Amino acid sequence: MYVVITIVILIAIAIGLVRAFRGPTLYDRVLAANMIGTLTVLMVAVLGFMSGRPEFLDIALVYVLISFVSTIAVLKVIALRSNATAATEK
Amino acid sequence: MISLIADILSWTCLLGGAIFLLIGAIGVLRFPDFYSRLHAVSICDTLGAGLVLTGLMLQGGLSLVTVKLLLMFYFLLFTGPTAVHALAEAALQSKLKPLVDEHES
Repeated sequence: MYVVITIVILIAIAIGLVRAFRGPTLYDRVLAANMIGTLTVLMVAVLGFMSGRPEFLDIALVYVLISFVSTIAVLKVIALRSNATAATEK
Repeated sequence: MISLIADILSWTCLLGGAIFLLIGAIGVLRFPDFYSRLHAVSICDTLGAGLVLTGLMLQGGLSLVTVKLLLMFYFLLFTGPTAVHALAEAALQSKLKPLVDEHES
């Protein structure tokens, strides 16, 4: 049963990757990366239960926070870069 | 008997969560506009993740595992909407136009 959930999550990650490569704007790619982060957390948790080693939950717990910080950091970089280009264009 | 009921409930939650994750992913692929794709990602982040983690909690029983899963759920509930909100704010500030129906505008 855990295998079914894992396969579904892998399919969802593949669909997210398609959107990340195809995305017309930069924000679509960041959105897809954010979704893939959440799905990876869930997959790590389910894999921990599947292999009978709940220690994997610690890794998933850390990954939640890292994925959040990385999304915010990428947005910050985009904002700073667009401000810099706007300043040089003036 | 109680463990059987917990098992059935947990498998129902896990399957429901998987269905919602799939729906969210299909929405991300097929919605026409960036702002509508945000909506699909929110489904993945809240309902899909919540149901999968609830199913795992029912499997874990009363132990440290459940505490960790609750903590993960708590973090996801805070970080997911915050990240999506920041994303929408950044896209609006960079003047990305939402797709509107042409009959109304």
